[in-house]
Amino acid sequence: MMKYSYFPGCSLDATAVTYKRSISFVAEKIGMELNEIPDWNCCGATCAHSRGKWLALALPARNLALAEREGLGLDIAVPCASCYSRMKHTVHAARKDEADRKKIEEIIEMPYLAKSDVLSFLEIFALPEVMKACKEKMERSLASLNVACYYGCLTARPREITGGISTENPMEMDDIIALTGAKPIEWDFKTECCGASHQVDAPEAALPLIERIFRNAKANGATAIVTACPLCNLNLDMREEEINKKSGTAFDIPVYQFTQLLAVCMGATANEAGLHKHFYPAYDRINDTLRRAGA
Amino acid sequence: MEKVLSKDENKALAPKIAEQSGVKLHECYQCGKCTAGCPMAHAMDIMPRQIVRYMQLGMLEEVLECKSIWLCAACGTCYDRCPHRVDLTALIEALRHEAKHHKICAVREVDIFTETFLGNIKVFGKSQEVILAGVYNTLSGNLLQNMNNVPHMLRHEMVKPEIHGVKDKEGVRRLMKAALEEDDK
Amino acid sequence: MARIGVFICHCGTNIAGVVDVDEVVKAAGKFPGVAYATEYKYLCSEPGQQTIKAAIEEHNLDRIVIGSCSPRMHEVTFRKMLMSTKINPYMLEVANIREQCSWVHTDKEKATEKAIDLTRMAVAKVCKSKPLFPDSIGVTKRALVIGGGIAGIQAALDIADAGYAVDIVEKEASIGGHMVMLDKTFPTLDCSACISTPKMVEAGAHPNVTLRAYCEVESVKGYVGNFEVDIRQKAKYVDHDTCTGCGACEVKCPIKVSSAFNQGMCDRTVMYKPFPQAVPSKPVIDALNCRKISGDGKCGVCAAVCPLKAVNFEDKGEIITEKYGAIIVATGYELIKWQDIYPEYGGGRFEDVITGIQFERLVNASGPTEGHIRRPSDGAEPKDIAIIKCVGSRDINKGKAYCSRACCMYSAKHAHQILEKIPDGSVHIFYMDVRTPGKGYEEFYDRTREDGANYIRGRVSKIFKEGNKLICKGEDTLLGKPVSVEADMVILETAMVPATDISKLTGILSIGSDTDGWVQEAHPKLRPVETQTAGIFLAGTCQGPKDIPDTVAQGSAAAVKVCSLFSKVQMETSPIISAVDREKCSGCEMCIPCCPYKAITVIEIDMHEHGKKVKMNVSDVNSGLCQGCGACAGACRSGAIDLKGYTNDQILMEVDALCL
Repeated sequence: MMKYSYFPGCSLDATAVTYKRSISFVAEKIGMELNEIPDWNCCGATCAHSRGKWLALALPARNLALAEREGLGLDIAVPCASCYSRMKHTVHAARKDEADRKKIEEIIEMPYLAKSDVLSFLEIFALPEVMKACKEKMERSLASLNVACYYGCLTARPREITGGISTENPMEMDDIIALTGAKPIEWDFKTECCGASHQVDAPEAALPLIERIFRNAKANGATAIVTACPLCNLNLDMREEEINKKSGTAFDIPVYQFTQLLAVCMGATANEAGLHKHFYPAYDRINDTLRRAGA
Repeated sequence: MEKVLSKDENKALAPKIAEQSGVKLHECYQCGKCTAGCPMAHAMDIMPRQIVRYMQLGMLEEVLECKSIWLCAACGTCYDRCPHRVDLTALIEALRHEAKHHKICAVREVDIFTETFLGNIKVFGKSQEVILAGVYNTLSGNLLQNMNNVPHMLRHEMVKPEIHGVKDKEGVRRLMKAALEEDDK
Repeated sequence: MARIGVFICHCGTNIAGVVDVDEVVKAAGKFPGVAYATEYKYLCSEPGQQTIKAAIEEHNLDRIVIGSCSPRMHEVTFRKMLMSTKINPYMLEVANIREQCSWVHTDKEKATEKAIDLTRMAVAKVCKSKPLFPDSIGVTKRALVIGGGIAGIQAALDIADAGYAVDIVEKEASIGGHMVMLDKTFPTLDCSACISTPKMVEAGAHPNVTLRAYCEVESVKGYVGNFEVDIRQKAKYVDHDTCTGCGACEVKCPIKVSSAFNQGMCDRTVMYKPFPQAVPSKPVIDALNCRKISGDGKCGVCAAVCPLKAVNFEDKGEIITEKYGAIIVATGYELIKWQDIYPEYGGGRFEDVITGIQFERLVNASGPTEGHIRRPSDGAEPKDIAIIKCVGSRDINKGKAYCSRACCMYSAKHAHQILEKIPDGSVHIFYMDVRTPGKGYEEFYDRTREDGANYIRGRVSKIFKEGNKLICKGEDTLLGKPVSVEADMVILETAMVPATDISKLTGILSIGSDTDGWVQEAHPKLRPVETQTAGIFLAGTCQGPKDIPDTVAQGSAAAVKVCSLFSKVQMETSPIISAVDREKCSGCEMCIPCCPYKAITVIEIDMHEHGKKVKMNVSDVNSGLCQGCGACAGACRSGAIDLKGYTNDQILMEVDALCL
């Protein structure tokens, strides 16, 4: 049963248009039902936990409680790594300490029992039944695309919050990408931070983080980077040109969301997969790859 | 001036703040694996490891006034690889709260961004990237920051003129007020 | 009525500083049965013992209580003293008023009260004491050494030189262990093989030593002086009595697999000796990888070329049963599987990230590169080498809490060897502390720095690959700056851990191990090479990480323990063992699984019941095996088992004395 409560998060309504489009295309193709939580609010992101513990727990809790109130009893699917992390923290805190859970209820003025699990889109797509459904819908192949799967930090860490996924060399996205025929490469920066949280308030300090990721991807033969987070994606995609200019590098690596590659292989048009909406040109790389694969 | 360690008055306070974040300061043996793996260390004024060192010696002022606690990206690499599982990410978070309590923030832009972001949620319930950028640029004085990307964003409907807010704005506002009251206790 | 003497020790100020000794003496004098009570500054001293002896005579005492340190410390001392008096050495109780009272309390009044209680309990208990007499058993004067590394070889040679027979059981096809893999030894830089292979040869040739290579211990029965051990001789597929070790079969064997001796850095044949200097110098077949035995059945080249027809594909191995008087455990160590726990160091994905023991083979003249330092990926000579210490050690998150002790020194040695063989190379050693507590060790560290090794104080957070370089990211914690080293090769100095199957062996032997799996010594300071089970000793790194000098010293120490056991015609056993009252025993057998020493068996006896002779099953305690732990007494439902010296009666007297 591929049915989830769905928390899109603020970015999906704004900059993450490529992610949004490809998610809805893929979900429809494989028959995944995503029930958007009614009247959800911002998870608080890095700013809330910078400011205070209860603020950080309460903002996501309102969304989790709203989902509970709907009574669907479904797990909650979260496409953004940062939202995912904040919501997982709240679930973890509420389950760990009954007093904390009650305090949360008091603050949000709603019952919250912390029954549903929060799942990242990576975790969902790595489930055997979802993998199988995707595999069945593959129409085209991206063979010859060498993909560096970039997981970012918050899908994996801290491990007692995320659970399961390897914090250094996770393979979930690699396995999903392999369905497209593309080759997930071995590289070393899968879970290194891209510094998204400081790209606005400390851009000088945060820019080298992106450069390091591109450099290692390139050194290990990547022709594309794939992400599973609107912030990671925007951050890498939007800064690539700037880095090439500033550092004299020539990375030439388009950055996709993993759902875009799935969508493309399920027959999505460039528009449906949002391939023309990237900052760094992303259409040609896919088009060439498809052509080479004879699709 | 030479520091007389035996006379430090903040000795009791540092472990207390650490304890709030579940950190036992003595567990750190200063191997530096946290600094070594920190993606932001290159920009920090004191190294992540040294944050713990100052705390171990009760030298709290130095830590509350440093830039590093505000430059931390909260990626959790330090904690994940630490041979003694010292949760430096949580410790830094607790230090931010303490610093904020004393109205200290050594990186002005971070403070402006945080306040702007939270203000945004208080008003709309969701983050509004256009307004966020506009307000932040104005307050920080970096008027043109990221403006070169705006045409692309407009062209591709990444930013839109209309506002996506929550319906129950009052509910979110009450929530934030109650949470912050609890935090400032 | 008993005539009890009570003697309270000051232990300088250790006891008297907290406990009011005079008050205790005064109170003890009034306990029932006490004929005399006194105190003394140091009762364990010669004059202290004389005081006790004189009081025994003068007051005609028949049993005594000593209020002093823990019985673990001086009970034996006082028992020995009693042997020269008219009192049986077991008519003694020690009230522990130091470790369990004065050392752990600060309130003088309450501590004194507690000391009085402890003394009262001891007095009550000693009232019910009975004289006990040690048993004696014969000793089989043949020792078993499990593990043929340098610890086992040293122990075996020392025992053999003392004139006793000794068997070495080694699970590999050759003795030698880790030492023979090493290139040079610190701090003297003498060749490891040059000093260990002569010992191997000596062990192989010694008339008192029987080598049992390619063997494993299956089961152990019996007790100190009289062990019966089943040893499984694994199938060698080569008759070593016939084989001359000519090597023709090895040369012709067509199938190659990774060489464990060379740490996977080159191949060996399936018909193999682990290394050229192997002892015994005869090959075995690695059946798992043999085409003839485990494959399609074709091949058989080895049998065809053997001039003596020594190859036997039908070999099934055998079980050998031998009797031994003592056993030495010398099973050594392994290195932690770092690949599983350090994904941030590549988790084994980078060929040029190697371990210290791999480097030993790389730098060894008989190794895969004939001693030329060449990196595994492309065979090029690495110029910039990083060494990372404490990989798996001092890391409770990913590895072990303990320090592996030898790595500081051998990493210095590795740096020295690199700088000697690659004069234009560079070495960066990431460390957290440099620990050099050994003769000539600090001087060796000084010399390594003089050689040009760069010591960087900090733990590496990550190793990643860009192009041909391995980038090690660390912090120079002395500078307080993030640093990185772009290395051509990285050596990880990994933690020592116990041999994989050690828990199986400690189970077979009924000996203890600590939380990390290391074999537990009987006392960390005073009985370092004994286990809790009489007649079983330990040597070398099976007890914990250590370097070669300490390992060899322990080998010799364990040998002395064995020789001292063998020097007796008859051996005394402790009388503090369990005894079964056959009248009460119901034969329920609850005690049998409780016994950690397998000392209890069921026997059939004839009993008279209502004038009729009936056969009954009852428990029987083997006095050689029983270590007096008392577990059976606790488990016995019918109260048939008593631990002598700690009988149910005695314990109840203690409880009553405290509570009533």
